[in-house]
Amino acid sequence: MNVKIWTVCISLLATPLCAQGFAGLGTEAQGFAMPERPALFSFPTDHGPHPDYRIEWWYLTATLTGADGTDYGVQWTLFRSAIAPGDSQGWDTSQLWMGHAGLTTPDAHFSAERLARGGIGQAGARPDPFAAWIDDWAMTSTAAAGADALDALTVTARGPDFAYDLALAATGPLIFHGDGGYSVKSDQGQASYYYSQPFYNVTGTLDLPDGAIAVTGQAWLDREWSSQPLSDQQDGWDWVSLHFDNGARLMGFTLRGSGGGAYSSATWISPDGTVQSYPDGALTMTPLAQTEVAGRTVPTEWRIELPDRGLDVTTTPLNPQSWMDVSVSYWEGPIRMQGTHPGRGYLEMTGYD
Amino acid sequence: MVYTAFLTLFSHWRRHPGQLLALVAGLALATALWSGVQAINTEARTSYAEAAARLGQDQLDRLSRADGRPVPLADYVALRRAGYLVSPVITGEIRQGDARLRILGIDPLTAPPEAGAPALDGGDIDLASFFAPPGVVLMTEDTARSLPSGLPPILFRDGVPPNAAITDIGTAARLLDQPDPSYLLVARHQPSGLPPLAEATDLRLVSPGTDNDVSRLTDSFHLNLTAFGLLAFAVGLFIVHAAIGLAFEQRRATVRTLRALGMPLRGVLIAFGVELAGLALFSGALGLILGYAIAAALMPGVAGTLRGLYGAEIPGTLSFDPVWALAALGMTMAGATLAGAQALRRTARMPILAPANPRAWAQASARGMRVQALAAAILLITGAGLALFGGSLLTGFATLAALLLGAALILPAALGLILRLASGVARGAMAEWIFADTRQQLPGLSLALMALLLALAANIGVSTMVGSFRGTFIGWLDQRLAPELYVTTTDSEQAARLLTYLAPRTDVILPIVSVETTLAGRPGEVFGQRDHATYRDSWPLLQALPDAWDVLATGNAVLINEQLARFADLSLGDPLQIADGVTLPIAGVYSDYGNPAAQAIVTLDRFAVTFPDIGATRFALRLPAADAPDLARALREEFGLSEDAVINQAQIKRFSLDVFEQTFRVTGALNILTLGVAGFALLTSLLTLANLRLPQLAPVWALGLTRARLARLELMRSLILAALTFALALPFGLALAWVLLAIVNVEAFGWRLPMTIFPLDWLRLFALALVAAALAALSPALRLARVPATTLLKVFAHER
Repeated sequence: MNVKIWTVCISLLATPLCAQGFAGLGTEAQGFAMPERPALFSFPTDHGPHPDYRIEWWYLTATLTGADGTDYGVQWTLFRSAIAPGDSQGWDTSQLWMGHAGLTTPDAHFSAERLARGGIGQAGARPDPFAAWIDDWAMTSTAAAGADALDALTVTARGPDFAYDLALAATGPLIFHGDGGYSVKSDQGQASYYYSQPFYNVTGTLDLPDGAIAVTGQAWLDREWSSQPLSDQQDGWDWVSLHFDNGARLMGFTLRGSGGGAYSSATWISPDGTVQSYPDGALTMTPLAQTEVAGRTVPTEWRIELPDRGLDVTTTPLNPQSWMDVSVSYWEGPIRMQGTHPGRGYLEMTGYD
Repeated sequence: MVYTAFLTLFSHWRRHPGQLLALVAGLALATALWSGVQAINTEARTSYAEAAARLGQDQLDRLSRADGRPVPLADYVALRRAGYLVSPVITGEIRQGDARLRILGIDPLTAPPEAGAPALDGGDIDLASFFAPPGVVLMTEDTARSLPSGLPPILFRDGVPPNAAITDIGTAARLLDQPDPSYLLVARHQPSGLPPLAEATDLRLVSPGTDNDVSRLTDSFHLNLTAFGLLAFAVGLFIVHAAIGLAFEQRRATVRTLRALGMPLRGVLIAFGVELAGLALFSGALGLILGYAIAAALMPGVAGTLRGLYGAEIPGTLSFDPVWALAALGMTMAGATLAGAQALRRTARMPILAPANPRAWAQASARGMRVQALAAAILLITGAGLALFGGSLLTGFATLAALLLGAALILPAALGLILRLASGVARGAMAEWIFADTRQQLPGLSLALMALLLALAANIGVSTMVGSFRGTFIGWLDQRLAPELYVTTTDSEQAARLLTYLAPRTDVILPIVSVETTLAGRPGEVFGQRDHATYRDSWPLLQALPDAWDVLATGNAVLINEQLARFADLSLGDPLQIADGVTLPIAGVYSDYGNPAAQAIVTLDRFAVTFPDIGATRFALRLPAADAPDLARALREEFGLSEDAVINQAQIKRFSLDVFEQTFRVTGALNILTLGVAGFALLTSLLTLANLRLPQLAPVWALGLTRARLARLELMRSLILAALTFALALPFGLALAWVLLAIVNVEAFGWRLPMTIFPLDWLRLFALALVAAALAALSPALRLARVPATTLLKVFAHER
């Protein structure tokens, strides 16, 4: 079958691109639950899936360094996408799952994809003890009793020619974006529930065609779910998660409107975990250099400004060819920042077709 | 210059349109039969390949359980969670009466690209509706003409195999009420760093090509067709050879004149070659059209046969394949070259000023005849050896080929011998002359007679086989289909109500339960049946323990069909595993014609314990035969059962016989065509000889025999030769039948039939052979009767 076409659609469900593609998604969320203000979270339950919402993801990015000082980047994502609200067991499930794994080195970028349906145990997520998995790719809690389930994790994935196995330990609290976890995505009110664990220290192993490499570094986990996250006027997004050398962190994104407009949002995270959210317009992201990637022109160097924090950095990618060659392809890879706040981070760009 | 030579040579055909017709017809017939058979084979094979490619059967390994039962869903999930890229398939058949639909449930999320699942981008598939209940099923419009009820919405898609529907695995699970995958497809490239799949699972890993797939099952059928096609082609070439030989002989004088006028030999040869190529192309094209028509006419029968005999689905229609056309034309060209090579060689060797004396072809030397007889003997011995020691379908067909070729090659020597013996006892100059003259003619006629022998032997062999088969089959049907009515219910709830209704209205109700499984490594079925006199009295057992039925009734034994016994080399007392942990000794072997699959029978109780999830929905009813039609009608009205759900014995018999007749209709048609072609070959040979024999007949005429008498003698001679050929064909035909029944059938179908002979059929065929020979000889004889005396006189006048 044309898996391509099909996955285009489930990917559309799972990424902000859905606004254009899937009938009904951008406009109505038939029968699905909608995010509401105020966002009231309950853990560990909310670490698990929310089958009444149309889409959801567990999204981990890690900036890593080998013993010889070489930079690496790793991505692990599990998307959930529902055809209809609610869950049931067996083949009749309405829940579909998609996993993406990426591994970036200075000269290569590996990516892999898995698809599965829920209901039979091949893929899914559960809050307690926390685990999210598809096939043998898994994100599993190793947190001590009493701690938040996401405080310690192991994360594994395997592609045709690469694999990785990481252990994560959080040094700070969960943080909540937007209005206490209610993250607005357009000026028409589209929103999602959105929280992160940005404080991970990482140790682990990367299996590359040339052999295994021990790595250490930092990681950032995003949790987000919604039923109608985008306006139908938006056709892609540029998103960053940044770890500054001074211990502060920044999440920022710009949703590109099809008419040329943009909607931005940012969350500043102090080293102690104090959070400040910034509304549309506070953050600006300006493309500086374009790269030919997989037959497209993609902006791979950016200037990022958040005047309120005196932030003015330019970013350069570890590997400008960090193209996720999956059913709906996008650019995702590790970056470094220079300027007022040097550091490392991850950049994701979608909708460059 | 060459052009002039070509025109000169070609003018021959304008003066002899009959010869041209024979040549064109011979080539066209040979091409038609061969290409027709090839078209059928190609169509069927393409269809199998499509069906296989649909699920990547032709490329992907599969995992399945050794006992043939579904793979537990948990096993599938465990393999995925261990990192292996396997994709589940749930497949099965929905049957309601005659309506049958194969359901192929795939998981588009995990299906490897090679699996070639249907495109869901046709615009009319809403993705959510493909995955979410009730789902949709994809099939061709043809398939949708006869469908079981209760299907989800249907979408038409070209390229889905006939009588099959492709759907999401979830939909298939619901339709077939089977949550576990039937098997798992294994992606070709597995992720790095995993142990080999075989170490990770107890499931059986089957590589493509080693499975018992449809194309292997049907190979015998297609080999059969191919053999017939080749035979027909060979027979057709005899005609061509005769026609070309004749034209060459008659153009000797022209060639000599051309050469004497200064035409170089090369030019003559080129002219001949161009002529031959042109004729072959034209006739080949004609043959292609004819072949396509033959194939199209036979195709529905072939489709019916394959469905009935092998469960293989192919469309009953034919599509045009340019590769097929080119291959057939190539074959025609090659055949024409072969047939014309001798004539060309002789032209090349002809001395420029040699007398252009047409003789009755080159006399085969005694030495040539001996070599041919020796080759025949070697072939026949090889055939016998293959028959005794060969053990495969291919050696079976090789035996056939050796036998037929040997018979054909030995024919001239055998006829020569008979004629020599006959002339020894002949009294009177007249009789002696006739025998001597007939012997003298043999070399010229031998090719045509060989064709006749092949056609006759094939006819005798095949009709003996079909006759034996029919006789045995009908007797077996009568025995085995003892119950008066067969009822199929839709579910167990309806079955329960039905039983209550039937109890007072029938003598006995015999439930029939079955499950598809693997027996001795082959796909097969296990049946459960009640111990009852119906079976004890009428079930045809080929081998059995003395108290087989009593042993079976204890539940601790199994009956198997002949196919299984032969394939797996099982005999009485051997253990057979029918399910996980259930192995029973064999108490008997029964004949089971018309079924390619392995089969085993246990008691109803044993079946219920072994396969607890399978309930009885089919029942055989015993009641007074006179009451059957009324009860059948009542059942349909009372329970709303379809026409097909209540079948009486007579209907099944008719259906079975239909399948049987379908099976051999194609063979029968080819048989008749071959005989026709052989008759035509004889005609062309006699025509050739007729003109050349004038020098031999003129002296006899001069001695006082009238032309009418000579013509009658000619006719008689043809009849004698045909009769002798028939006499030789008979033993070879019977040998052929024996090989077909005892070797080819056993290998191809797994059953052996007793050989029955049908002397009346031989008489009919004998008469047919004489008629063919008489028809073939009639026109040359008539011509002889009317030949002007001056023509005969010219023989003496022209001292050539």
